[in-house]
Amino acid sequence: MPLLLCMAEPSLLTAVRQGLERLGQAAAAKIWRLGFAARFFVAILLNSGTALRRFRLIIREIYFAGVQSLVIILVSGLFVGMVLGLQGYDTLQRYGSSEALGVLVALSLVRELGPVIAGLLFASRAGSAITAEIGLMKATEQIAAMEMMAVDPIARVVAPRFWAGVISMPLLAALFSAMGIFGGYLVGVQLIGVDEGSFWSQMQSSVDVREDILNGVIKSLVFGVAVSWIAVFEGYDAPPTAEGVSGATTRTVVTSSLAILALDFVLTALMFTGGNGK
Amino acid sequence: MASVPIVEIDKVSFGYDAARPVLHGVSLRIEPGSVVGIMGQSGCGKTTLLRIIAGWLKASAGATRVLGESVHELDSEGIYALRRKMGMLFQFGALFTDMTVFDNVAFQMREHTDLPPDLVHDLVMMKLEAVGLRGAAQRMPSELSGGMARRVALARAVALDPRLMLYDEPFTGLDPISLGVIARLIRTLNDSLGQTSIVVSHDVEECFGIVDYVYFVSAGRIVAEGKPDAMRRSGEAFVKQFVRGETDGPIPFHYPAPGYEADLAAAAVHG
Amino acid sequence: MKRSTIDIWVGVFVAIGFGGLLFLALKVGNLASFSTAEAYQLQAKFANIGGLKVRAAIKSAGVVVGRVSNVTFDNESYEAIVTFNVDAQYKFPRDTSAKILTSGLLGEQYVGLEAGGDGVMLKQGDRLRLTQSAVVLENLISQFLFNKAAEGKDTKDGK
Repeated sequence: MPLLLCMAEPSLLTAVRQGLERLGQAAAAKIWRLGFAARFFVAILLNSGTALRRFRLIIREIYFAGVQSLVIILVSGLFVGMVLGLQGYDTLQRYGSSEALGVLVALSLVRELGPVIAGLLFASRAGSAITAEIGLMKATEQIAAMEMMAVDPIARVVAPRFWAGVISMPLLAALFSAMGIFGGYLVGVQLIGVDEGSFWSQMQSSVDVREDILNGVIKSLVFGVAVSWIAVFEGYDAPPTAEGVSGATTRTVVTSSLAILALDFVLTALMFTGGNGK
Repeated sequence: MASVPIVEIDKVSFGYDAARPVLHGVSLRIEPGSVVGIMGQSGCGKTTLLRIIAGWLKASAGATRVLGESVHELDSEGIYALRRKMGMLFQFGALFTDMTVFDNVAFQMREHTDLPPDLVHDLVMMKLEAVGLRGAAQRMPSELSGGMARRVALARAVALDPRLMLYDEPFTGLDPISLGVIARLIRTLNDSLGQTSIVVSHDVEECFGIVDYVYFVSAGRIVAEGKPDAMRRSGEAFVKQFVRGETDGPIPFHYPAPGYEADLAAAAVHG
Repeated sequence: MKRSTIDIWVGVFVAIGFGGLLFLALKVGNLASFSTAEAYQLQAKFANIGGLKVRAAIKSAGVVVGRVSNVTFDNESYEAIVTFNVDAQYKFPRDTSAKILTSGLLGEQYVGLEAGGDGVMLKQGDRLRLTQSAVVLENLISQFLFNKAAEGKDTKDGK
């Protein structure tokens, strides 16, 4: 019967085979790229000496990656916190425990929303800018010129941007959480009228510095590494054309967002299921 | 000329992949102090040749000796060390867009030397003065015209007084005045700083005006060489076509294609 | 001049970033309250700890005096051993009793300490002898139903 099928539909078989071939090639290309990205990551780490010695290079990039993301992070944090205050109050007051609002707002922000949303915003604000900048430097032969001047572009261009991202991200996430808690406080205490004392004291007794805050900081640090790595890699790997750079910029945002969400799941599973989650 | 050549290329071949070779057994010698032109059509392999000299691409066969070093045998550190003695002017300047003109020119001094800021400042001003753009030191590259950007890039390329200068299409996209300025600068910098220069170009008039010797490259081979005056009078078919810009000659106007009638007939069938 | 403005901004950014972290640690979290103070360790056995978790509060007269550091199961007595740290500034007599209590109807569980009258104080490594287990809601309900049923039977019998 299968033999008969083969004879009857040779074109179908070829189509299937071609499809499989294309799938295999696409998968192989992805894996090749992943390997290349991993090697690039090692190259960044090995060539970080210059950047870390000449910290001014990193400071400059922190300005572009961190300082310029500040407004969007603070404003978003405030609004997310205010929404959490409203929604949380609405749910909690049904169970008569609206004074736990502080706990709810603080824990959701410090553990999850702070690192994740700050990471997503950072990817689309700073990550895309880094990719576009490096990609354009490549397209306009600035990277080549640097190599011609015997200056390693990975040490001089890529590593400072990478480290700036890694340094900025936890600070931005902390600011996002802090701003969000302030937003929750504004809505919960000032607007709705939850008792201020229990808002803060319940928060303090339930939020643990090591379990919650430190883990949140670790998360944001991991996201910072991931986003910065993806951004510099996509920029450095971008085809030196207009559509190449724009495609790379889009890929940075998409890949970093997926990476953040996937890593968040893995990290949450590792951190908070140790039997002492609340 | 019995002196040791600055660049000596012996039977170099290169291909980005095996199926499409770009260079076939190219040999050339460049004497110290000279300005040498490498001319040919776009895509003939002359930029590839330049990149092999700069240690950017590794030739698949043959020997490349630059400033006494065998480029094809160097590791990346050796190539970086060699490049400190070279300068390169890119087609569109390739200035660092996030730095001022001053910082662009100072870039190599700051990266490779520990010169005190005062001295760097003076050196940068000297280089900018040489290209006539001292007044533009605090401008950003985006505020410069194409010709000015090219001059700044030239100042940047000669910042550390390289012994060998490589020019990749230095005349492309410039107005006639800027073009003349760049051409004169290439010659004067070469002579006053005691450099050796290689100019890759397809701009016949400007190139012939400044070079001592020309190589013509076509389809990955050197097809003619000689002094510019001799080339002007050359009877060689390719050189004649190239120098005079004729449509008809060894380089056909038409890209290789199947028979015209066959193509038209095919269209009719599909239509 | 352009450089120094960048430096200022980055300085401000890093400063408020660390300010944010500090705010989280001190105002939101509990770094200020316990981590640095010295503590002594006590143990207590419970027949049932209900939903008591590590890091749950130890309260006496409503004041948080310590935290649960470990919960294990004793293979011999088939009971739970709760280890907890009490802040060194709080002293309790040797006959202090421990109860597992719940804050509010559905709140989290904590260990309540009720001081006794003994003159000797508890010290590092001591074990509390008087304990009262957690109230398990299911047991409470079944007890209630059982009582109700018994009551019904009584009234029937009385008739």
